[in-house]
Amino acid sequence: MRIPILKLGRYLLISVQVELDDQTALQFQEDLLNKIHQEGSLGVVIDLTSVDMIDSFIAKVIGDVVEMSNLMGAKVVLTGIQPAVAITLIDMGVSLQEVQTALDLEQGLERLQQELGG
Amino acid sequence: MNNQSCIEIGNEWGIVSARQAGRELSKNIGFGSVDQARITTAISELARNIYLYTEIGQIELTSVVKDNDGREGIKVVARDKGPGIENLRDVMVDGFTTSGGLGAGLPGVKRLMDEFDIESMPGEGTTITTVKWLR
Ligand SMILES: Nc1ncnc2c1ncn2[C@@H]1O[C@H](COP(=O)(O)OP(=O)(O)OP(=O)(O)O)[C@@H](O)[C@H]1O
Ligand SMILES: [Mg+2]
Repeated sequence: MRIPILKLGRYLLISVQVELDDQTALQFQEDLLNKIHQEGSLGVVIDLTSVDMIDSFIAKVIGDVVEMSNLMGAKVVLTGIQPAVAITLIDMGVSLQEVQTALDLEQGLERLQQELGG
Repeated sequence: MNNQSCIEIGNEWGIVSARQAGRELSKNIGFGSVDQARITTAISELARNIYLYTEIGQIELTSVVKDNDGREGIKVVARDKGPGIENLRDVMVDGFTTSGGLGAGLPGVKRLMDEFDIESMPGEGTTITTVKWLR
């Protein structure tokens, strides 16, 4: 299973719609970094509205992908984290502290535009 | 309603099956969305540990009723015949990992669930029993 990555100008948009098994998560990590490199993307929005569970492994993959993207010069914003998922992450003691978040895709894009100055 | 199931964890697909079964059973028992997420996450952590640290093991899910007040709940047992855990105190510390993970799994499961018990014999295996009660 591969998660589709959409290109919008210099941004990339991803809406995670599948059950995140380990293989899919790792494949996504690789695909996204390749795409950032190919397209010279400046910003990435990852929408997690359909994700109903984030365990420590997936949290680590997400944290790593944000850090790697930053290294490559692309800012990442996570959007649509469900209340139940946010609460569970706090219970788990997993913080996505340095990660930028926004309510939905639209606000995620606005956030990027503000930060990157248009 | 199917109130008991046992999922073999021999590969990473077992992790997905176990958490899907856990979500379904906890929904059937009547847990709300936040507790469903907590239970599913706990199952995912336990199943992944079996996958990572042992050859094979299983996750057993049962709906249970509390003796004293008749409250319903879900019991999750993770059982394996892997290498066992040498020092139980170490693995319950946030951040302790032997695999480059976050080390959030076991201490996280303990916080997500209401009851948590771990039994392990080096060389014989590990059994972790957890329960979440309906509020
Ligand atoms: N079933 C098991 N059999 C043997 N050792 C185990 C088992 N479960 C956990 N461990 C040991 O306990 C340590 C801590 O486990 P825990 O799940 O808390 O963190 P982790 O798996 O290392 O990282 P994370 O779960 O955050 O990805 C593991 O690194 C491993 O050494
Ligand atoms: Mg673990």
